[in-house]
Amino acid sequence: MTSASSPLLAGARDSVPMLVGAAPFGVIFGTLALGAGLSSAQTLAMSLIVFAGSSQFVAATLFAGGAALPVIWLTTFVVNLRHALYSATLLPYARDWPLPWRAMLSFWLTDETFAVVEHRMREGLAEGGRAYWLGSSLAMYSNWFVWTAVGVVIGEAVPGLAGWGLDFAMVATFAAIVAPALKHRPSLAAACAAGAVALVARHLPYKLDLMAAAVAGVAAGLLAERLSGEQQEASV
Amino acid sequence: MNHWLAIGGMAVVTFLIRASFLVFGQGLVFPPLVKRALRYVPVAVLPALVVPMALAPQGELWLSPMNPYLIGTLVAGLVAWRTRNTLLAIVISFIAYAAVRFLTR
Repeated sequence: MTSASSPLLAGARDSVPMLVGAAPFGVIFGTLALGAGLSSAQTLAMSLIVFAGSSQFVAATLFAGGAALPVIWLTTFVVNLRHALYSATLLPYARDWPLPWRAMLSFWLTDETFAVVEHRMREGLAEGGRAYWLGSSLAMYSNWFVWTAVGVVIGEAVPGLAGWGLDFAMVATFAAIVAPALKHRPSLAAACAAGAVALVARHLPYKLDLMAAAVAGVAAGLLAERLSGEQQEASV
Repeated sequence: MNHWLAIGGMAVVTFLIRASFLVFGQGLVFPPLVKRALRYVPVAVLPALVVPMALAPQGELWLSPMNPYLIGTLVAGLVAWRTRNTLLAIVISFIAYAAVRFLTR
């Protein structure tokens, strides 16, 4: 993907499209969280220690509705459960790394960093892999914090920012990431099945629709692979 | 309700999920089927996030060329598919999204 001499910088640079995609969400989250009754310090702390965008959005909604602690924690668990699959997917590459590295990189494991790192590892560029992963992580982490802070500042000055439709940036980013992979037919089957289930099940509570769609998509991909005899190559 | 406690609990839950295999699953070796299955996770999860937001941005199905999320998403996918340039796809799709919003308001 890149021939940069430093894997750390390469990881950060390959994450640039994700940084741009995440930026509006940091801003929107900052404004939403303030509106939901969190203090500025609590909003910034959430981006610093939870660092999981979609669950932060859902939590802001729950805070606004006065949800109980166990509901917030369980919802976080369900919304973020997909990260366990990322953790499992990357384990074969990281198996021999020292524990502090694995713990640290786990903390920073987002959708975006997973997509970037998994692509790099798949291409067999395991050398410098953890520096590359760290580079992507630090870029995403500082980016998310800075844009959350911008949102907190703007949110105090301009109410109603989320209504401008900046939420489209996330859809565009995800669509742009996944589209090239769909030339591979089993992947296309997986995407169609997952998209259909997510659409039909979109009113399920606690984002359970996302888990159901993921399971359906993976099953469809495996089935299509078996029927067509086509192996999975590059996904994202 | 204590917001700080809620945030701390969210942080612990999220870290434990992310560390599940990388930190605690050290001895695990995946059967080939599981490995193959995991490779489809990104191409399943991303469309699962995209499709409902594109086709039902407000929760109700909205199949119309006036739906800016739908047009924008199609443009994003098409540009990325043709050029493999994510950033370009995001920029052009955002222009398409904004254009539809502007023309239909």
